[in-house]
Amino acid sequence: MRSILPVVLALVVAGLIIVVMGSNPLDFYAGVWKYGLTGNNWQDSLRLMAPLMIIALGLIVAFRGQLWNLGYNGTFLLGSVVASGLGPNLFPVLPGWLVTAIIILGSLLVGALWSVVPAVLKARFGTNEIITSLVMSFIAIGVVNLLIKGPVHDPNPRVTAPQTATIARENLLPFIDGTRVHIGFVVAIVLALVAQFIVSRTSFGVRLDVFGASPKAAQHVGISRSWMIILLFCTSGALIALAGSIDVLGNVTYQRANWNPGYGDAVMPFVFLARLSPLAAIPLVAFYSVFANGGINAARSVGLNSDFLLVVVGLILVFMTITEFVGEKRRLGQGYLPAGMKQSVMALFGPRAAAPVKVTTPAPDKVTTSSSPTTTTTSTPGKVTT
Amino acid sequence: MSLLSASVLAAFLTAIIVQTMPLILAAIGETIGEQSGVLNLGIEGVMLVGAYSGYVAAISSGSPWIGMLGGIAGGVVANLLLLVLNVWLGLNQIVIGLAITIMGEGLTSVLYLQNYSKHPQSVPGSSWAIPGLSDLPVVGPSLFRQSGIFWVLLIAMVAIAFLLSRTNWGLSIRAAGQKPSSLDAAGGNVLRTRSSAVLLNGAFVGAGGAFLSILTTGTFTAFMTGGLGFVAIVITMLSRGKVTWIVITSLLYGIAVAIKNPLQLIGVSVPADVFQMLPFIVVMVTLILFARSSIVPPALGSPYTRGAR
Repeated sequence: MRSILPVVLALVVAGLIIVVMGSNPLDFYAGVWKYGLTGNNWQDSLRLMAPLMIIALGLIVAFRGQLWNLGYNGTFLLGSVVASGLGPNLFPVLPGWLVTAIIILGSLLVGALWSVVPAVLKARFGTNEIITSLVMSFIAIGVVNLLIKGPVHDPNPRVTAPQTATIARENLLPFIDGTRVHIGFVVAIVLALVAQFIVSRTSFGVRLDVFGASPKAAQHVGISRSWMIILLFCTSGALIALAGSIDVLGNVTYQRANWNPGYGDAVMPFVFLARLSPLAAIPLVAFYSVFANGGINAARSVGLNSDFLLVVVGLILVFMTITEFVGEKRRLGQGYLPAGMKQSVMALFGPRAAAPVKVTTPAPDKVTTSSSPTTTTTSTPGKVTT
Repeated sequence: MSLLSASVLAAFLTAIIVQTMPLILAAIGETIGEQSGVLNLGIEGVMLVGAYSGYVAAISSGSPWIGMLGGIAGGVVANLLLLVLNVWLGLNQIVIGLAITIMGEGLTSVLYLQNYSKHPQSVPGSSWAIPGLSDLPVVGPSLFRQSGIFWVLLIAMVAIAFLLSRTNWGLSIRAAGQKPSSLDAAGGNVLRTRSSAVLLNGAFVGAGGAFLSILTTGTFTAFMTGGLGFVAIVITMLSRGKVTWIVITSLLYGIAVAIKNPLQLIGVSVPADVFQMLPFIVVMVTLILFARSSIVPPALGSPYTRGAR
């Protein structure tokens, strides 16, 4: 229930904002239903869900290890430009399955390599990954724009707009029989189930949770901190880049410069609402896919810009933290954010300086989440050279 | 045209000043917040709110001065969310910060497209020619013909540098960021100190956004900050609370952005995307080189609860 409450509150407040803007919120929400679900529109929603779900998994991987990978926008675009750049050039000369494989592997590789930089800086020097991943994201966006305007620009001389050539229909990912939903959706769901299995049923899942709860404790039981940071960050980056290539191969078919759908920003609240569970993220991301797909047209129909969806996403984030606050105060249920992640800002630029100290009697508003067996750890600040 | 001619140099200097000022203001605002232990990850959104409200105030009143006040008010209002949710209630700063960024982007874009996109208006310009000095070559037309707003903001910056390092208020701010419990024990009020810091943070960041829309570009466009807020956060962390260092590092950024036109004049054509990327590359290289020497206040990001250990 507490996963839904913030969404409901955000929708109510968004409705009030629509009223203030002089439109009818009921028209907007009816539009979301109409353009998101009815007719064949549900298929468009599922097409949108494929990249969103894979990005959600990428975020879950990083967040479970208490790593704030905020470079998702740039990584996503790097993955998509692998598809839109290589696709039109390779499909005419090589067999289709081979090109698809090259693109998928290529995007995974590019995403992982791009994430190596913040990961190594974090693992080696303790540089804060919030900042480095964000900055790398902005650099990635610039690189992608340069590529689209230069080497992978549409070779057709009549095309002057900065965009790549379009991938031919027969080379795109095949549709599921009887629908217009491409198999990228199936891939996303299968990946989510695999991720759920890994985090809940394997020893790696346990090690991931131990590392997430306390990197220091993990070090003591033989989990390498540096290795874990690099592995999680690269997996996260690879998945997010994969989402980019699948979105191009299955849905958008070409790429314009400055195209940035901002999927990562949109999906982040739902990742937290799912409490970082891949399985629980499926229905939440599905909800957002319908809302976003319907909301773009619904916002236009009531005279608003589609950026209004950003306001709703922000409101969900705000209400999520408020709900969590109220819930913690009343010792109800568990928090959306893992306890250690709340402390992670303290370790800015110096996680090695943060030595965990056991708190025997937690203050009322710092209660540990009920599911977590460990005691709350707070960080003792101070600069420690290594 | 020669690269070193007076007019080219003057234009270059002007470009550096107008590109750097928004960043300096935002970074000073962020510094006040961070020194008191509050990380405002939402300044990208606060800047946009300041830019939009400043733009609206400027074109509806016809005065860039009223516009700046509007931008400052917008920034303070946007930061009220952070004040209540984070400082008072102690909620997660990263999530709230991202929420402010996302909502700031969304709201300003929606409002601008609904109200102004059909009839875009420019903000009336303003400049003060300082008698005597404004006739100097190069610095005359660039530095000494800036708007009066520029000089007022310059004085505000010096004042903040003085307040932060030389007064009891500055000491309280730093105590709240270093060890909040000691400020509490000394009879100070951590929440009140941090509240004042967050409001000043909003005022400066909002002023930075308003400077961007009113004086740098003269108009508002959706998403016009383009990551400037995040650059300000990095600069804040590298500057360790020193206003002088903020000015120096921000100038490096301003030069990286402003060098585009002189380069084009001498025939070096570099795509615009390179210049958008350049500051981030500079920041990344700086982070890699100096990552270990950057220090942030120990209590940064942790809400203060009296009596809690």
